Amino acid sequence: MANIKELSKLPERLGPGHRLCSGCGASIAVRQVLMGAGDSAVVVGCATGCLEVATTIYPYTAWNVPFIHNAFENAAATISGVETAYRALKKQGKIKKDIKFVAFGGDGGTYDIGLQSLSGALERGHNFVYVCYDNGAYMNTGIQRSGATPTGASTTTAPAGKASSGKPQLRKDLTAIVAAHRIPYVAQCSISNWNDLVTKSQKAFAAEGPAFLNVLALCHRGWRYPQENGVAIAKLAVETCFWPLYEIENGKKYKINYKPKEKKPITEWLKSQGRFKHLFKPGNENIIKSIQEDVDAEWEYLIKRSEL
Amino acid sequence: MSVKAKGWKDIPIGGMIDKAGSAKEYKTGAWRTFKPVVDKSKCINCLQCWMYCPDSSIIIKDQKMEGFDYDHCKGCGICASICPVKCIKMEQG
Amino acid sequence: MTKTIVPLTGDQAVAEAMRQIEPDVVAAYPITPQTEIVMTFSQFVADGRVKTEMIPVESEHSAMSACVGSAAAGARTMTATSANGLALMWEIVYIAASTRLPIVMPVVNRALSGPINIHCDHSDTMGARDSGWIQIYAETGQEAYEHAILAIRIAEHKDILLPVMVCQDGFITSHAVEGVEIYDDASVKKFVGEYKPRMTTLLDTDKPVTYGPLDLQDFYFEHKRQQAEAMKNAIDIIPSIMQEFNKTFSCGHKIVEEYMMDDADAAIVVLSSTAGTAKSVVDDMRSKGMKVGLTRPCLFRPFPKDYIIKAVSKVKIAAVFDRAESFSGCGGPLFSEIKSAMYDSKQKPYLLNYIFGLGGRDIFPNEIEDVYKEMFDILKTGSVRKQVNYIGVRE
Repeated sequence: MANIKELSKLPERLGPGHRLCSGCGASIAVRQVLMGAGDSAVVVGCATGCLEVATTIYPYTAWNVPFIHNAFENAAATISGVETAYRALKKQGKIKKDIKFVAFGGDGGTYDIGLQSLSGALERGHNFVYVCYDNGAYMNTGIQRSGATPTGASTTTAPAGKASSGKPQLRKDLTAIVAAHRIPYVAQCSISNWNDLVTKSQKAFAAEGPAFLNVLALCHRGWRYPQENGVAIAKLAVETCFWPLYEIENGKKYKINYKPKEKKPITEWLKSQGRFKHLFKPGNENIIKSIQEDVDAEWEYLIKRSEL
Repeated sequence: MSVKAKGWKDIPIGGMIDKAGSAKEYKTGAWRTFKPVVDKSKCINCLQCWMYCPDSSIIIKDQKMEGFDYDHCKGCGICASICPVKCIKMEQG
Repeated sequence: MTKTIVPLTGDQAVAEAMRQIEPDVVAAYPITPQTEIVMTFSQFVADGRVKTEMIPVESEHSAMSACVGSAAAGARTMTATSANGLALMWEIVYIAASTRLPIVMPVVNRALSGPINIHCDHSDTMGARDSGWIQIYAETGQEAYEHAILAIRIAEHKDILLPVMVCQDGFITSHAVEGVEIYDDASVKKFVGEYKPRMTTLLDTDKPVTYGPLDLQDFYFEHKRQQAEAMKNAIDIIPSIMQEFNKTFSCGHKIVEEYMMDDADAAIVVLSSTAGTAKSVVDDMRSKGMKVGLTRPCLFRPFPKDYIIKAVSKVKIAAVFDRAESFSGCGGPLFSEIKSAMYDSKQKPYLLNYIFGLGGRDIFPNEIEDVYKEMFDILKTGSVRKQVNYIGVRE
């Protein structure tokens, strides 16, 4: 459990003056995750995307910690190099202090183009935390669909139109893919449940070996909702079980951290955002039905795994 | 606000930025349409506004909510929205 | 300084250099004909002969990505590749150079696909000639061994700070056994020295810096101008580093090797192992009284313009051999650059291009001799039949 007053004493690793949109969910995610590093020195790696582009516009940087951006698909490979250099130099006695390593990537840079690099880094067992800030599309380039985009969402490369109802495919279960690498710690969290997120981040930073956090980080531009409602909508994702909060240890032990007393219908989640607006047109009821069925099936499956 | 653009001989090599946190010189507060205003008499110092601010623009002093960094606050309204006692209001400015 | 002669392939010789350099971090991914470098080095690590941390990456793109992270963290970092491995890491190769990281990478020259071919040609590193990396080409396994050691000092020089590709011919050099003179560990270690990063590193958490920012229209050009300046500095600084190496190890490294050029009428200009074959042709023809010579650039990036002008101006006609096609319709890459350099020369010898050896197609002494004969023929008749030619391809 994290104590907010204690956390407020920590240094701001991501400072103000960055040019992410006002109300950006990614910056909230990053601030909360970095609180999990406590007092440790932290080095941050980041994939190309909104976060990197808006926080490091030369000659300005919003980062108060060492930061490296390399390219789009290689945040995990890059931080692997940094972490290995650290181990090498520490072994030689050239570095004495304890340093934590964290890589951030959006869903585009993690589920899709960055999947190989992430997989390799996880398999090699580097001591680092990988954080995916999942806003369900390639937002920086203007809201294009990714492997994380939910079924039925309208994006600019899978838009709703006269002959289409948005993305037809199911989204990838990246959390399960990562867990299959049998790393010490994997967790899914949401910026709306900050205490759960920070606690998980603390566990991730403390883990010996790779740890992964999949964070629901909203984008009001891509999701089309009034920006001040960000936290409330993130909470809806959790209450509808679209985005369950759970942990997996060593690839096998599942623990659900929050079970809503009353699971809200997925329509609550869908109607809160403009990207799903077209699903409420007459004739699309079956799409909403299949989305609900999928959420239910995944939730049931998660419960079964947590009971093993 | 402008920065005098330096020549290639006067900047660090490799694109490296050697001034940590220099973005705070960039006043994103100029983006605002609405700004948050807090009624301190109602504030319970839960610090949730600070926890949810995307721009690190809630000033905390001695674990108490002191005010807003108007140089950087973009006026997103998240703080006003989540405040459990509704002591933050969004006003023009 | 002592030396021992050890029978080694070109790959093993480079691995031996790496053992003596003992980099802090090596990223390893296999690709023929480079694999033996990382395999041999991995055994050194497994036997505790070096303290290097290995990163067994899952692709060459990740190999160079990890190298960038490692070098930015202040570690002396190396990797090795060939052909499509280099092609896969192409995006990050540019980033390594623009971030001014002194990574040293042996590249065993192999043809780029397609179709897939694992044998020697220079299409891989020629394709990367605009990447901002320094490129040196070795004729023999001995040279490849020495170039790897030299490359560390070149890359890490405070006025250079550019990554270096150390090239050798795939299979021809990399897999052929030579008696390689290996210098003693202490002398090599003394020459390369301890690595002192010139830029604040990522692990200097008291002075946090940002690497790889978004560089817009207002600053990108200035950063590129800095890179260009570093390349210009390199052409001035590399000779002195070579001189120091030559003195320490009793060698004769040069920016451009001139063989029997001083009174030659016709010369061939060629990189790497083919120069060895050509030198024996020169010896043979010289014994018959023909005034032939050979020029072998060792440094290709930065392009040694003045050295090329000095050498090629000596002859009346030169044939530039390219083991790569540019598909420009005007000849290969070495030819284009030499022709461009010679435009600024007072002497304007005839210049011809011979594209050869693509995909590992052998070139034979008699074919090289035929080129010299053709050149003498041109001098007699005063007319060039065809400027761009192919040797060894079946018409």
